[in-house]
Amino acid sequence: MEKKAKSLIVRNLHKSFRLPHERHSSLKQAVLNLHKRRFENFHVLKKIDFEVNEGEFFGIVGRNGSGKSTLLKLIAGIYVPSSGSITVNGRLTPFIELGVGFNQELTGRDNIFLNGAILGLSTKEIKQKYHEIVAFAELERFMDQKLKNYSSGMQVRLAFSVAIQAKTGILLLDEVLAVGDSNFQKKCFDVFKDIKKRGRTVILVTHDMGAVQNFCDRAMLIDSGEIVAIGKSGKVAQAYNELNLEQNIKSEQKTKKQKNAKQHGGNEIKIVSCESTLHGRKQRIFKPNQKIGLRVIYKATATIDNPIFGITVKDLMGRPLFATNSKAKKQKTGVIKPGQTVTVEFEMDNILSDGTYTVSPAVANESATIFYDWIEEMTKFDVSGWDFPAALLQPAHELTIKKD
Amino acid sequence: MNRLSSHYYLIKQLVITDFKLRYQGSVLGYIWSLARPLMLFGVLYVVFAHFFQFGDGIPNYPTYLLLGLVLWTYFIEATNMSLGAIVGRGDLIRKVSIPKYTIVLSASISALVNLTLNLVVVGIFMMITGVDIRWEILTLPCWIFLLFILATSLGYILAAMFVKYRDISHIWEVVLQAMFYATPFIYPLALVPEQFRNWLMINPLAYVVQEARYAVITPATVRTGDIVTSWVAWVPIITIALIALFAYWYFRKTAPYFAEDL
Repeated sequence: MEKKAKSLIVRNLHKSFRLPHERHSSLKQAVLNLHKRRFENFHVLKKIDFEVNEGEFFGIVGRNGSGKSTLLKLIAGIYVPSSGSITVNGRLTPFIELGVGFNQELTGRDNIFLNGAILGLSTKEIKQKYHEIVAFAELERFMDQKLKNYSSGMQVRLAFSVAIQAKTGILLLDEVLAVGDSNFQKKCFDVFKDIKKRGRTVILVTHDMGAVQNFCDRAMLIDSGEIVAIGKSGKVAQAYNELNLEQNIKSEQKTKKQKNAKQHGGNEIKIVSCESTLHGRKQRIFKPNQKIGLRVIYKATATIDNPIFGITVKDLMGRPLFATNSKAKKQKTGVIKPGQTVTVEFEMDNILSDGTYTVSPAVANESATIFYDWIEEMTKFDVSGWDFPAALLQPAHELTIKKD
Repeated sequence: MNRLSSHYYLIKQLVITDFKLRYQGSVLGYIWSLARPLMLFGVLYVVFAHFFQFGDGIPNYPTYLLLGLVLWTYFIEATNMSLGAIVGRGDLIRKVSIPKYTIVLSASISALVNLTLNLVVVGIFMMITGVDIRWEILTLPCWIFLLFILATSLGYILAAMFVKYRDISHIWEVVLQAMFYATPFIYPLALVPEQFRNWLMINPLAYVVQEARYAVITPATVRTGDIVTSWVAWVPIITIALIALFAYWYFRKTAPYFAEDL
């Protein structure tokens, strides 16, 4: 196999920041503390070793604080490595964030020239591309207005339009996909596809696994400053999801003890437990082909006639995805006596995409005017393993292709 | 396009931006930056030329005073603007890898552009008051260049120190005040006791200002060479060179860590 040219070679890279215990921001403090300089070395990146091929779309993913932004800043030359080396073949866009150096007091036109110069474009080159930039940003009518009168979306559009003009071989992008409306996002994706087609090397840092799987040829996952996984983007995205799951479970165990604050209702019947199940046994993570079961147990302290038992499933943003209850399913629950326990079992096909979901059980009287008990987000469960988890739902569906 | 020329475009844009921002929203614009030396000149002229009669031994004392004050205003502006340049552009430095020297240099050049405009006013003043134009005036760019090197070098040192030590701005304010009186901007050297004159005149700022006045206003100006002799006369130039070398070394050493220290 032919050996590919490398755009970026990172070898045994370490970065640590010296964090003074007490920061001296004045000379007096510096002089007074000369004899007791105490620093804590904070290792942000350890033994980072990887290569990016020419023309490759390379993703860097990791949770907050994993060190991925520090890595990008090192590659961009904003920070200097503590040890190890970074070799860049070809020119690099020196920015990692859109719209850097934008000045709110200047007009859109002035900002294009300033931003262009920061990206290394000459005045002549910017003049040549000016119309292209403005047209792409769809801001023809606003160029003589001050930037402070732009909406944030307009500013991003302008920034992105200038940024893609930088004629560098290697493009560094940090979290750009999270901005702009869906129409502009689509345009950005088109530009990415175009960039990819033209064989430019792109290094993208993102949380968006959909983007990683759509665009990146290869990706790398870092956690706590070390490379956890590197390789095909699909595999790395899966590793990222699994890493997140572990973390979610850990943090959940912590908060669970604090008990849920959002509780309504009187004392006639209480929710005792709520868990997700697979074939009747407790299960936390579900694969695409597995049925998701939920079991809620109630205990009554008074006599209740024909109550309604209900469940709501939400995503992590708190959006209700579906809800059901015994009345909707035309189930008579009858009279419940004091001391009696009621178990409600629920089961559905897994049409949920990869992610974490919450369950909020409730119990109300027959006319749904009184809620005896209702616990918001009592339990969580996860779905993982879909081939293409880009959207919220995975309903069973057919896809046919016909050719003439 | 090579790197140096892209740095040139960057410096140019930074200077242009600086000017647009400085005079934006003010009706009189540039007039305001002229107001400072002119106002200072007006007050000092009335007090020292009329009340104290300082100008008696010096031909064209008003123009002589004005040129000194215009150069002084440049020195203040260049060093103060450079001092805050790196910290003021912290946002940029944390997010883009741009050559840091361009930021300080563009601040210093902005001040230089102002000086050029102010010198035009001095020229008009010279014509009104009938100052003789001699061929020595051609050496003026050399003196301005020396002053630029001095102010810019100090600017680099101050800008780099200001990143770590925020006291520098206060210290520099005090130093500037002392420098104003340690340089014969207002008073004639004849009033200074003899034992202090040597010390006064080996100050690089005094050296440059007096040479510029000699070149532009009057041959009666007392220059460093008139007070001290032999190698001592070179002290101002050597001082400027040493400051410049130190600035180069210090800025180069600290610049890679600005993004972390800011």
